[in-house]
Amino acid sequence: MFYYLLRRFGLLIPTFFGVTIASFAFIRLLPGDPVLLMAGERGLTPERHAELLKKFGYDRPIWEQYLDYFFGLFQGDLGNSLITKKPVLEEFFTLFPATIELSLCAIIFAMILGITAGIVAAVKRGSWFDQGVMGTALVGYSMPIFWWGLLLIILFSGILKWTPVSGRISLIYFFPPVTGFMLIDSLLSGQKGAFSSAVSHLILPTIVLGTIPLAVIARQTRSAMLEVLGEDYVRTARAKGLSPRRVVGIHALRNALIPVVTTIGLQVGVLLTGAILTETIFSWPGIGKWMLDSIFRRDYPSVQGGLLLIGLFVMIVNLIVDLLYGLVNPKIRHT
Amino acid sequence: MTDTVSNAPDLDIRKTGRLELLIEFWRYFSENRGAVIGLWFFVFICLIAIFAGVIAPHTATDQFRDALLVPPVWQEGGTWKFILGTDPVGRDMLSRLIYGSRLSLLVGVIVVSIALVIGITVGLIAGFVGGAVDAIIMRIMDIILSFPSLLLALTLVAILGPSLTNAMIAIAIVQQPHYVRLTRAAVMTERGKDYVIAAKVAGVRPLRLMFHTILPNCLAPLIVQAALSFSTAILDAAALGFLGMGAQPPTPEWGTMLAEAREFILRAWWVVTFPGIAILLTVLAINLMGDGIRDALDPKLRRS
Repeated sequence: MFYYLLRRFGLLIPTFFGVTIASFAFIRLLPGDPVLLMAGERGLTPERHAELLKKFGYDRPIWEQYLDYFFGLFQGDLGNSLITKKPVLEEFFTLFPATIELSLCAIIFAMILGITAGIVAAVKRGSWFDQGVMGTALVGYSMPIFWWGLLLIILFSGILKWTPVSGRISLIYFFPPVTGFMLIDSLLSGQKGAFSSAVSHLILPTIVLGTIPLAVIARQTRSAMLEVLGEDYVRTARAKGLSPRRVVGIHALRNALIPVVTTIGLQVGVLLTGAILTETIFSWPGIGKWMLDSIFRRDYPSVQGGLLLIGLFVMIVNLIVDLLYGLVNPKIRHT
Repeated sequence: MTDTVSNAPDLDIRKTGRLELLIEFWRYFSENRGAVIGLWFFVFICLIAIFAGVIAPHTATDQFRDALLVPPVWQEGGTWKFILGTDPVGRDMLSRLIYGSRLSLLVGVIVVSIALVIGITVGLIAGFVGGAVDAIIMRIMDIILSFPSLLLALTLVAILGPSLTNAMIAIAIVQQPHYVRLTRAAVMTERGKDYVIAAKVAGVRPLRLMFHTILPNCLAPLIVQAALSFSTAILDAAALGFLGMGAQPPTPEWGTMLAEAREFILRAWWVVTFPGIAILLTVLAINLMGDGIRDALDPKLRRS
């Protein structure tokens, strides 16, 4: 296990450097130099241009700029947004909880429904339920979620008027963010109706963002479960006279969930990709929408910083998933 | 390529006869009812795309100024002139959807081709050369994979400028690490086998060894990946179009059509519903087909 950890960390280091280089390179790959990009269409006199190049250090050799950038990272210096003039790091972490809240709700929704549906489908293999679940999962897997979101808005917000169209909470509630998680903050605020307002804003985005993970998890659970149900030890457990519920729920499920854990871990990228689309549709103030807006507003320091932080976030989550995998799967732990 | 390695899987792709191989493939493929349905639907979309000019009632960009937001024919106020209704500037939905199928298929074909060519070449080099070259290549792929795919594609499009061509390039770049990994893994297992060593001893040059001796035996997982990433490419291109970073209006790309229709969702359901159904059905058909191909080519991956 120790060797495994060491190796895993060793692989992380070059990737970490790579991610910093990629985000550093981004702003320099754009046509024109950074100062011209920031000036936009206003135009600059050549003197002012040279002065600004010097001010931001863009006239120095590229490796020197990179080192500056790299060591700046360790002091949390990711530059300032061109639009709000606030530090990118601060902007990112103000919006990040919104995305995390949405993603967590989506993955929990997907896990509960997906694992249950997958188990039942595997146990009742070949039944209409199984075929229905697998058919639905394939549709969910092929779903353009930006369209799915619009459809749900038409149905639940437009026709049935059950849920609000956009945002995280109704505008009549206002309280300072404590944790950044609207569900918790609304409870803490003690304002009547705030929590249910937050929940009603969260339902549709959760379903939209959770759709693809749900389909993937259901498929994976079913096939892992089927494989395990065919094993000798399951037959032994059945022969011993254990109740079917115990055989499936405890003996089989434990081993079937091992590949499912990996699958769930792999959904992080899917969730962040989906967050860009979901947040755009529901005007959810998270980092997905922020990144897209930054790209459109040509706020390049924000794009650069966001790219780096999201890349690092995915790296860390993947690491945690790998370690968790080692924990649940003794075969890996003992090599 | 008449070798005699005999640990043959269900479908032995090392058989010499091309026709035999195809027949055997079809035997396994056609066992899967969903896959066959997917295939027929895919053929249907291909035909629509090819004959778009003949079957579409109008062109994709004709604006009928006196017929804005006409509902579909079965709803009150609909006419047979515009079977699926018109959009906010009076263009026929059906015709735009028909022409849009061309773009989606084009996206799939081009993205997969670029990703395949780059991925296979780089993967072969990584697996074949090994050592530092391999390590560097694989770390670069790790870096690409550590960004969410759509986000990376978005930033690449921001660098290149928004257009369908650039969207395709960006999606291909984002997708190729999967091919690199697959090719490399396959090459690593093939590299030490007797037929490769025999070829090497016989004096086959590295390039020929890579592309002619080893590659054909690594194809199965690549074909499966190609089928599945064809659908991902269509979805991603539609998503980029939807976000305004793919095909630009008035191109009848399905995702772009959805973006244009967004503000009318509560007034005219048809402008939003139909492009989405088109995307969903196309992607679904390709995924069904991809599952069938996977099951037929690789018995180990078979889902029970």
